[in-house]
Amino acid sequence: MTANKRLKTLGWYLVLAGLGYLFLFPLLFMIVSSFKPESAIFTDLYSLRAILPVGELTLDNYQGVFDKSRIGHYFLNSLLITGGTVVMGLFVNSLLAFSLSRLEWRGQKLILSAVIALMIIPLEAVVVPMLLLVSQLPSLGWEEGRLVLEGSWMNTRHVQMLPFVANAFFIFLFYQFFRDIPKDFDEAAKLDGASPFQIYRHIIVPMSGPVFATVAILHFMVMWNQYLWPIMAVQSEAARPVMPGIQIFFGRETKWGEIFAYASFITLPVLVVFMIFQKRFVRSLAGAGIKG
Amino acid sequence: MADLQLEGVVKRFGEVQTIHGIDLDVTHGEFVVFVGPSGCGKSTLLRLIAGLEELSEGDIRIGGESVAHLPAAQRGVAMVFQSYALYPHMTVRENMGFGLRMAKFDKAEIDRRVEEAAAILKLEPLLERRPKALSGGQRQRVAIGRTIVRNPKVFLFDEPLSNLDAELRVQMRVEIAKLHAALGNTMVYVTHDQVEAMTMADKIVVLRDGRIEQVGSPLELYLNPVNEFVAGFIGSPRMNFFECRVLDVADDRLRLELPGDERIDMPADATGLRSGDRVTLGIRPEHILEHDRADIRLAIDVEVVEHLGGSTFVYARHIGGDAITLQVGGLSDIQPKDHRRVSFSRQICQLFDGDGRNISPHKVPGELKDEEPGQAATA
Repeated sequence: MTANKRLKTLGWYLVLAGLGYLFLFPLLFMIVSSFKPESAIFTDLYSLRAILPVGELTLDNYQGVFDKSRIGHYFLNSLLITGGTVVMGLFVNSLLAFSLSRLEWRGQKLILSAVIALMIIPLEAVVVPMLLLVSQLPSLGWEEGRLVLEGSWMNTRHVQMLPFVANAFFIFLFYQFFRDIPKDFDEAAKLDGASPFQIYRHIIVPMSGPVFATVAILHFMVMWNQYLWPIMAVQSEAARPVMPGIQIFFGRETKWGEIFAYASFITLPVLVVFMIFQKRFVRSLAGAGIKG
Repeated sequence: MADLQLEGVVKRFGEVQTIHGIDLDVTHGEFVVFVGPSGCGKSTLLRLIAGLEELSEGDIRIGGESVAHLPAAQRGVAMVFQSYALYPHMTVRENMGFGLRMAKFDKAEIDRRVEEAAAILKLEPLLERRPKALSGGQRQRVAIGRTIVRNPKVFLFDEPLSNLDAELRVQMRVEIAKLHAALGNTMVYVTHDQVEAMTMADKIVVLRDGRIEQVGSPLELYLNPVNEFVAGFIGSPRMNFFECRVLDVADDRLRLELPGDERIDMPADATGLRSGDRVTLGIRPEHILEHDRADIRLAIDVEVVEHLGGSTFVYARHIGGDAITLQVGGLSDIQPKDHRRVSFSRQICQLFDGDGRNISPHKVPGELKDEEPGQAATA
């Protein structure tokens, strides 16, 4: 390697390291600060120490988080809500995409255009009417050993799940992937006596691992990070998920160490899920199945 | 018995009609090949029989029973796809057993049938492999195995060999023929390759633009094509055509002027023809002789010579300017830029009227003699 080339490589590494630092900074700052006493966070703030685990390290912030909030309970709520929505979502979204891409029925094109159009409507635009709607919807409840009809969907877990099961973007991702699977497979299965649902279940789903992984991970993140909707639809502790739970730390005396500890703690599952699925995720994004 | 009958079969896709009323009888055990250029409707016709496309008009009967309104799986047909369509996530065993599994056969019976089919196709060592780990020829055999286990009344093949290399294609052609001999089922085979059609078929159905041009045995189509299209399509290299002018008309005889002013008498059904009309003379490359002793003579300028060893293809131009192809013996000394006189017998020629209809007399194999044995027989 010539000196010139070496210099060029070095330059590139510096640029990349700088960018890496820039993107990693908030994450490192959050995790490191969660182990520092309140005073140290601020004294380290304007030096490199802000992102290094140096000085006095403590678990007090984590202790505080568990003492002050029902983080375990919120965590369980989030897991149930996210897990339930993702599982239902994988089924519902892929099934509609299957129907749009592989079956033939009247009105198919219209529904497909509607799905694509829906992708551009942000949640914020529909959130108020949606709130009015769910506040009027009755739901089944279980009280004193009897099935009862309750007044509204407010303050429940399912109000945080059902509106988010079907998702236009995920339907579109599935649709794109399914469309590229040759129709011969369906026809061979049809001759083998498989019904449309059996074709979906035995042929299409097993062949679509990458797109299921992609949608699972994206849906997981969307659901885990829900903030606006739970704040609006859930006031009670019982059904509260992790994200709105952070609010209780902003009060008369805001302790940043505890906020960082809370934030670090609830970021963990996202990282874990990403690491489990990232190989398939990357493969799927890189593959021909999904464009754009 | 599983005869296959098509009656007035019509298929429309929206406004566009692709199959225009096809009638066809296939008797039990016959190997029928649908052949034609791309877009002729041969695959559509196969898919109609399979039940993958809905019939617009007409009826399809298998074993005497109408299947037009039955779903694909209940028609008693099984199909080998051009792409094989093996399920990539299943092993060979699972692939072959999938249809039986869908039909709720018990596991022992599925295993028994799969292993039986695997034995016929020598697939036993591959049963636990996925399609990805198989060669093209092996995949092809699995695709066939998948149809065998279902014990169908009619086998359908949609250009099954087109993804294989030349050597494998010949090998699989023989295997399919053997399979047909062993199973004795009715088979319908679609191809655009007329060599496959000629070598495998009991009966060839030549299609063009959604209509049947001719149905017959390979030799019948070769010797007595009903029209110019079939004559050009069957046989390789392609038949040579020369446009001629009718000079004189008798009942069973035409006097013709060939390009380059040669005048000849040809036996023909001359009804409706008048002097001055144009007709087309057809002669197969393998029927042109390297000497000028046969009764119709042509002078040619040789352009390209291809030595295949067993035979030689000669691409030339004849005096009238038309391109002409000859297939002569492998040991021919013919050279590019040669000027030659070649000839052929009027017995073996075809003659087509202005509409392309064959007007030459019917030919019977035994009555034609090869002028030079060993040369003309290398089709």
